[in-house]
Amino acid sequence: MKDLFAVVMLLGIYGLLSASFFVAMDAVDVAFTEAAVGAGISTLLMLVVISMTGRREITTRHKPMSALLVVAITGFLLIYGTLDMPYFGSADAPIHGHVAPRYINDSMQEIGVPNIVTSVLASYRAFDTFGEVVVIFTAGIGVLALLSVVRRPEDPEEIAAINDSMHEQHLVIRIVAKILIPFILLFALYVQFHGDFGPGGGFQAGVIFAAAIILYTMLFGLSTARTVINQSFIRLIAAIGVLLYGSVGLATLLSGGNFFDYNVLVNDPIAGQHLGIMLIELGVGCTVAAVMIIIFFSFAARAEMQLNNKKQRQDKDKDKDNKNKEPSSC
Amino acid sequence: MDIVINISSGLCLFIGSFLCLCGGVGMLRFPDFYTRMHAAGVTDTLGSAMILIGLMIISTGFLVFIKLVMILLLGILIGPTTSHVLAKAALHNGLEPLLGHEEDPDTDNKETTS
Amino acid sequence: MLMGLFNHWVVIALMMIGLYIVIAHGNLIKKIVGLTLFQTSVFIFYISMAKVNGGTAPILADDIIVYSNPLPHVLILTAIVVGIATTALALSLVVRIKETYGSIEEENIQHQDNQAFEQSNSQNGSNAPKGSKQEKQA
Repeated sequence: MKDLFAVVMLLGIYGLLSASFFVAMDAVDVAFTEAAVGAGISTLLMLVVISMTGRREITTRHKPMSALLVVAITGFLLIYGTLDMPYFGSADAPIHGHVAPRYINDSMQEIGVPNIVTSVLASYRAFDTFGEVVVIFTAGIGVLALLSVVRRPEDPEEIAAINDSMHEQHLVIRIVAKILIPFILLFALYVQFHGDFGPGGGFQAGVIFAAAIILYTMLFGLSTARTVINQSFIRLIAAIGVLLYGSVGLATLLSGGNFFDYNVLVNDPIAGQHLGIMLIELGVGCTVAAVMIIIFFSFAARAEMQLNNKKQRQDKDKDKDNKNKEPSSC
Repeated sequence: MDIVINISSGLCLFIGSFLCLCGGVGMLRFPDFYTRMHAAGVTDTLGSAMILIGLMIISTGFLVFIKLVMILLLGILIGPTTSHVLAKAALHNGLEPLLGHEEDPDTDNKETTS
Repeated sequence: MLMGLFNHWVVIALMMIGLYIVIAHGNLIKKIVGLTLFQTSVFIFYISMAKVNGGTAPILADDIIVYSNPLPHVLILTAIVVGIATTALALSLVVRIKETYGSIEEENIQHQDNQAFEQSNSQNGSNAPKGSKQEKQA
């Protein structure tokens, strides 16, 4: 399959299928995240990249036999390894034995949050989630370091001209998007704060929020989006998310408990847990949304810069051709 | 009363799944991109609307009902929009629709006279 | 036994497909696609290990006794978002590579690298008294 566009679309379908598989496996939180991330953001980023790097694959490699051999040997070894494993769905498998019953049985008394996944993510294993938030932040910084473009300030007349021409071309979807985007943002807030009682939480909310902003950017132009959403403000939000998370941990340390031990935040331990979980989910949501927006803006700005460079080079070549033609014409 | 609710909900669900199946078969069997898109649009909009109405009839609580209504509104708004955007993108990039063989007497006359 | 281990074998098949794509294709974007495939198959593996027969989603409700194991759900939630972060970084690297080398085929890039290496060696070879390089120059 040489057309990378079709490959990326199939990858999106694969992400959606695996999300529905996760629903069949009773993993609703994971299905939510995979549908938002794998079928949405990942496909979008890859499409932006293949618009910059070329749509067709140029194959010159003709030696798949050694790769097939390696893959076959590894596959057989792995299948041999699975013969010892417990059967699918068995209730007495080793992984259901040690820690999980404690989480399931004691989560209501110790934390008081119905969604066990949120309570494990935000309270029992808050340290791992802290590491994850820092990894996301680092990825955002990395993309900024690789792809940031110094932009010249655009005059508002150019922006208005682009806006008017785009408005006529894409009338229907711009109006529908203007109706829908507030609801998408509202849904993101709902998912953020409802993560205690149903599937949801910081990650999904952040991704949905970023998806709404990216929809706005795609339809109304990068320049308009930049005047609406200030770049330095978004970077500040990303940093504030990580800081919020870390300072909750620091506050628990200073109040006399362990790192991320929310019981000591407020007098009542259950209320302390609720407060701690809400604060760190807020931090996670802020960072994830801001980093996704930063990544998309960096890619889009780079694509715009490449287009402008190509246009400038074409204009220069045209001027050279005109100069070469003039002495011969007169 | 229970029997009526159950039967009507079952009927809506059955119609919805039948429409989805039709959409799937249509996507495989239609000859052209634009006709295939119509099949996908049917699945998206009407199929899911019927299934949601069937679920709404047997919904257990007021909150569930309201959530299903919102999903239905969203689906009705987004389905035709995506079909429209796909068709516009395809036309913009030069994909011509497969038109039928037209027996037009005016063009035949023009060809014979020119 | 077939039905008991079916999930695991499907996951292994997906993993091997992803691995094959990474090894056998020269196009960088296809390699990233292979990596994403590999990642998602590992997620499917973990989640299928977490399922308990007769259990439901791990959200506490009054009338349910058996729940699916929530611990792998938490791990995979983290893993999905970290996966998208690394994919975004990999894609930005591909964009920079395209700008520098002009192509994203592995063989073109290696060819250009080898050429640049040979050129820089032939420039330095006039100072260094190494036999083979002077033979190349002569």
